[in-house]
Amino acid sequence: MTTLDSSKEIKKDESKASEHHEDFRMFGLITFLIADGMTFAGFFAAYLTYKAVNPLPDGAIYELELPIPTLNTILLLVSSATFHKAGKALMKNKNSDTQKWLIVTALLGITFLICQLFEYFNLPFGLTDNLFASTFYALTGFHGLHVTLGTIMILIISWQTRLKEGRITNQNMFPLEAVELYWHFVDGIWVILFIILYLL
Amino acid sequence: MTISIDPQDSNTKSLQPKGWLRYFSFSLDHKVIGIQYLVCGFLFYLIGGTLASAIRIELASPMSDFMPRDVYNQVLTLHGTIMIFLWIVPVVNGAFGNYLIPFYVGARDMAFPRLNAVAFWLIPPSGLMLVASYFVEGAAQAGWTAYPPLSITTPQSGQIIWIMSVLLLGGSSIFGGINFIATIIKLRRPGLKLMQLPMYCWAMLGTSLLVVLSTPVLAGTLILLSFDIVAHTGFFNPVLGGNVVVYQHLFWFYSHPAVYIMVLPAFGLVSEILPVHSRKPLFGYTTMVFSIMGIVVLGLVVWAHHMFTSGTPPWMRLFFTIATAFIAVPTGIKFFNWVATLWGGKISINSAMLFSCGFIINFVFGGITGVALAQVPFDIHVHDTYFVVAHFHYIVYGGTVFIIFSSIYHWFPKVTGKLMSEKLGILHFAITFVGFNLCFAPQHWLGLNGMPRRVAEYDPQFQFVNQISSVGALLMAISTIPFLINIFLSIKNGSDSGDNPWNALTPEWLTSSPPPVENWEGEAPLVEEPYGYGKTKTKEN
Repeated sequence: MTTLDSSKEIKKDESKASEHHEDFRMFGLITFLIADGMTFAGFFAAYLTYKAVNPLPDGAIYELELPIPTLNTILLLVSSATFHKAGKALMKNKNSDTQKWLIVTALLGITFLICQLFEYFNLPFGLTDNLFASTFYALTGFHGLHVTLGTIMILIISWQTRLKEGRITNQNMFPLEAVELYWHFVDGIWVILFIILYLL
Repeated sequence: MTISIDPQDSNTKSLQPKGWLRYFSFSLDHKVIGIQYLVCGFLFYLIGGTLASAIRIELASPMSDFMPRDVYNQVLTLHGTIMIFLWIVPVVNGAFGNYLIPFYVGARDMAFPRLNAVAFWLIPPSGLMLVASYFVEGAAQAGWTAYPPLSITTPQSGQIIWIMSVLLLGGSSIFGGINFIATIIKLRRPGLKLMQLPMYCWAMLGTSLLVVLSTPVLAGTLILLSFDIVAHTGFFNPVLGGNVVVYQHLFWFYSHPAVYIMVLPAFGLVSEILPVHSRKPLFGYTTMVFSIMGIVVLGLVVWAHHMFTSGTPPWMRLFFTIATAFIAVPTGIKFFNWVATLWGGKISINSAMLFSCGFIINFVFGGITGVALAQVPFDIHVHDTYFVVAHFHYIVYGGTVFIIFSSIYHWFPKVTGKLMSEKLGILHFAITFVGFNLCFAPQHWLGLNGMPRRVAEYDPQFQFVNQISSVGALLMAISTIPFLINIFLSIKNGSDSGDNPWNALTPEWLTSSPPPVENWEGEAPLVEEPYGYGKTKTKEN
């Protein structure tokens, strides 16, 4: 289609666009998180339906202990708070404080994952033992995948917050805010998961 | 964020090749991406159409003599999956959405151009994966629905590739949906109000909401299904205590809205085409908007009408029958509005208009059989018969594909600056319309008389009607020839169309054809009345 040839220089002027529009990257992220939340909603719906319709067969074991997941809930809630602290510190231009808080957050995430693995290895049932076991592993595993990705992203942004040559500054806070929103989202999902899987 | 491209930067320059090579590049220009979607989708349409022809050849005789039964099932599965995920959804959303939405909102590009390019470039590899899955040992043969236990117990390597491919296509669809929502809500030109947007924007907003809310559920479901196949879990395997009906619920929670994902954009496109060619404002703009949003809300709560024979409890049957019947209300409003738009208008009989009118006729028929299918007693009688096949094809082919062709005739001058041949276009329409109705109308009769779908062999008493249907399919295959000739001839020696051959008022026509890379020289125009025909002074002859 040679007629489509327009030898114009490509000009997409960012400053012109931002004159009229506020930053909508956050809007896109929220839309994405709604989509992500719907995936979890599908899993939860499946789990609750199984619970209502499919009784546990005779001899099948599906028992969950509360201490580790309770500890994990606390870990994630605290990590949400420390992430918030990191953001506050960056607003005051204290990059090294931000880095400290981010690393604390990442450590809390890693501790969460270790506790989760510890729980996996000590459960009396495996992935394919019964329907509930499978659903339990699918749900916690999918959530764990989110925590893993979140932790990696936190480590990256904490590296990018370094004073020299770091990309994330007081002027460019979006990466930090985006990961923060994602992290709060993952925490929120965990609270729902904790209530539905462990408490109900 | 609009991507800033520094012309001095050699990196970004190599990102944007000139000429036809652009269409094979990771281009960030929404117009290039739109054409990429369209051409890629059309190539897959040709593959899917070839498979459909194979199906109709097989069904010309009652015995499975053209291909073995399992090959028939594989062909059927591939036909359905390709047509839905690689032709209709990408073209009616991705192609026209990308090309038109930035014009309609007065922007220079989509909200997230990079994400946009990623969303497109997920499609060719996953499409090739899907086609390749046919050639591995044990291609997918559980239909496009992939119902367990069938999908778990049949040979599995092809099924796994099928799942991976559909997951990637779902991801592409979600990225596209996020982009459309952000573009329509956030990237509107200052001064342009939501209620001044052309109707296609509203249709795409509704569609994208459905994509964002329902596609992830399909993704989750397919992940669980792949666990069942690979790790031998028992989510949907009754032998291991699983529950097949849960799969059906989760699957249809996506796949019913998917019907609206395929048809709502077509509603939007036809609302653009009819006013231009009948020189009248779109009738009932506000009711159109509320109808679209009503369809979005209702579309999310009707999925179990696909499952009336799956042991659905009576209260569920009652609820989903009523909810489904309610969808006929907003849909009906839209059809009355379109007819009212045509009423008393100065109608030009051209290819775009003919395909749009064909759409109205076919879709009303498909809609009526849809209301019939929503009634439990009737649905139980015709469930999994050719009646359902006929209904579905009246919606997606008679509805959406007709509008895709109509839109190609309508916007071809915009993209290329050349006019298409009307003679070939009308010939294309005539063969398509006759062929389509000849192919699918008799299938209603077949279904009512109990011919089951998805089976290679059938009772010999149905042979004559099946042969009529196959002749119709042959005509549909032939109809592609004048269309392709028309496209190539018009690109090569079509007469110059000028910037605005239809004297349209919607914003995409208020720039040169083909448009410059930045869409407008200077500021984007503020179009407060996209359908103000007969009100403002236009260059009427």
